[in-house]
Amino acid sequence: MKRRTGRAIRLCCLAWLGSLLGCGRPDESAELPPLRWAADAQGGAPYIFKDAADPTQDIGFEVELASALGEQLGRRIEFVQYRFEDLIPGLLRGDFDFAMNGIEVTPDRAAAVRFSTPYYVYKLQLVARADEARFDSLESCRAMGGVVGTLGGTAAERLLDELDVEKRVYDGQVEPYRDLELGRVDAVLLDLPIAIYYAQPNAKLKFAGKPLGEGQYAIALRKEDEALARRIDAALQRLARSGELRRIYEKWRIWNDDQEVLVRRPAIADAAAVPDPSRRQFAFRDYFPLLLKGAWMTVLVSVCSMAVAIAIGLPIALGRRSQIAPLRCLATAYVEFFRGIPVLLLLYLIYYGLPGVAEYLGLPVGLRLPAFAAAVVGFGLNYGAYEAEIYRAGIGSISVGQWEAAASLGMSHGLCFRRIILPQAIRVILPPMTNDFIALFKDTSLVSVIAVSELTQRYQTLAKSSLQYAEIGLATATLYLLMSVPLGYLSRYLERRWGKGQ
Amino acid sequence: MTQPGGSPEVEIRGVTKRFGERTALDGVSLSVAARETVALIGPSGGGKSTLLRCVNGLTAFDGGELRVGPHVLRPGNHRANAEAARQVRGLFGMIFQDFQLFPHLTVLGNLIEAPVHVLKAAKAEARQRGMELLHRVGLADRADAYPRELSGGQKQRVAIARALAMNPRGLLCDEITSALDPELKGEVLSVLEDLKRDGLTLIVVTHEIGFARRTADRIVVLDEGKVIEEGPPGQVLDNPQTPRTRRFLSQVLI
Repeated sequence: MKRRTGRAIRLCCLAWLGSLLGCGRPDESAELPPLRWAADAQGGAPYIFKDAADPTQDIGFEVELASALGEQLGRRIEFVQYRFEDLIPGLLRGDFDFAMNGIEVTPDRAAAVRFSTPYYVYKLQLVARADEARFDSLESCRAMGGVVGTLGGTAAERLLDELDVEKRVYDGQVEPYRDLELGRVDAVLLDLPIAIYYAQPNAKLKFAGKPLGEGQYAIALRKEDEALARRIDAALQRLARSGELRRIYEKWRIWNDDQEVLVRRPAIADAAAVPDPSRRQFAFRDYFPLLLKGAWMTVLVSVCSMAVAIAIGLPIALGRRSQIAPLRCLATAYVEFFRGIPVLLLLYLIYYGLPGVAEYLGLPVGLRLPAFAAAVVGFGLNYGAYEAEIYRAGIGSISVGQWEAAASLGMSHGLCFRRIILPQAIRVILPPMTNDFIALFKDTSLVSVIAVSELTQRYQTLAKSSLQYAEIGLATATLYLLMSVPLGYLSRYLERRWGKGQ
Repeated sequence: MTQPGGSPEVEIRGVTKRFGERTALDGVSLSVAARETVALIGPSGGGKSTLLRCVNGLTAFDGGELRVGPHVLRPGNHRANAEAARQVRGLFGMIFQDFQLFPHLTVLGNLIEAPVHVLKAAKAEARQRGMELLHRVGLADRADAYPRELSGGQKQRVAIARALAMNPRGLLCDEITSALDPELKGEVLSVLEDLKRDGLTLIVVTHEIGFARRTADRIVVLDEGKVIEEGPPGQVLDNPQTPRTRRFLSQVLI
């Protein structure tokens, strides 16, 4: 990859020298700014991903394709990291010149952007565990009511919807296969290149049935950049005919007979070729029930997490106040640890990390928490640390004189805490605790990373597949506000009633 | 351990207490007989309150020995002392300068809290006894009020009633009128005089020299952690033997 970029730069220099001497191609000046290409390097292999040997380098077949395109166009290509689900809106906003990242040509996308000539013909591949005996195709998997994991906003997700298969939607393409291994889903349906890279080498997984569906990846450009789009089309054709495209794909083991069409019939930037009958504009009455389901999940995760946080917070707060040094140290370590790491990292650790730890330690239990339980444990542990500090401050705010007065009446430490200190401390604790609950309530949007379909995740999926970012976004925001604003008022009410006046 | 024929109710022998560099109690010895009223006076920082808190087991001391009834408190903060302190607190209640009523409980709630949860008294009995005590301190009509609704004098009378609800043999009073406006001090002090007539043992840290003269059987002057003078009120107040006592009295009697 490094070598190829070097070549591209040398080529640019040559072109520049040529133009100085008056013999270069007039339309491609080396003084043009670099073309900005956006993709999601977190998306994964084999498209674009971090080189295991040198994590500062991005590699993948699209990296090489971009480099080859740069040579053809005589322009330097600059990579821009962008979230996959935001590539189209980002392009329309003008954050970069084109997006190339396994973007499938669909009618709704074709309505928004100018697609180039396709550069890859993909199929979808169902993957199951190696020992799977219950089904051998998507059809039979559906018949037995299997749950199929996939990536949000992809053709695979749409196919599952059309066939009415129970699906589990992920943010990344590694996680579905991990969950398949762990038995959290029964199969995974994703684009063939992904399956080739991630599933084929894994002895615990196998391809179930033949590839199905068919579609094309194309480069997405803004409609007003027609001139650039034509140059890219032409460049892609040259790459296909010269065999350079095939050379790259063979290197990445994703060349197959389907790709011949790119050479034979290159100019098909035609969305109609993709079998996708409906123009996917969602009506309010169709998407709103889905959002409501998400809102319910949000409430459920928040309430359960808070219950766990409270149950953890009180003993930790007492530990921090304990006379016994080791207890105090443990409680302090807990608070520092869980307060100090991002809850997102914690969720990953619990959901994807724990099963590996259990395996490594040879534990009899798998520690394969279901997504919901992992979310509740993660947020419970994290917010437990915050609650502990609130409780500690609340208990500390009650004067020592109250402890002494209770002691002088013969009350034991525990009795005093229960009957005298706690009832007073609760009045101090409740307002900030309500505040925390509102924060938690919004933080739960993070659990989409472990495939819990809460409100924000529902929004992302719906908006991604319809591009109705604003409309569905407003509906989602309204739902959040309907839930959080009353909580805010409750908090202020409690503050007025209990916060002062003593 | 109680010997017949007038073994002292409280016996303090050579008690010392240091707070870091500062010596708060420097070998204090003092005996208080049952039914006696002793007033502890002296300049601020002289060790009066510290001594009282040691007697109630709220403050651990560094040397000497302390006996209350049959229960002995020893230097240091250890488990055996915790048990002894619990026993001692059953014999002597403590009243604080800043009342320390429980703000989340009503007046009657304050009174029955410990009887119900420590002595395991039946709630109805505790309430009845609580009302009697409120009558006694003149606050029966405020039984359902919350502490924040009371005046300082009323709060302190509730605090006394709360201590009495545990049926103590005596009370330790730590500057219990210092936080009160002058016109409210009287109502609290007259309750104390009433208790003395009933035969309670009282150890009173006070700046009210007039009250000490009227009520105390004995006055003890503490200065720089030492007992510098003690005797009947007439003797100590009218004919002080040490210059320091004279200086102190001349300051407070202005």
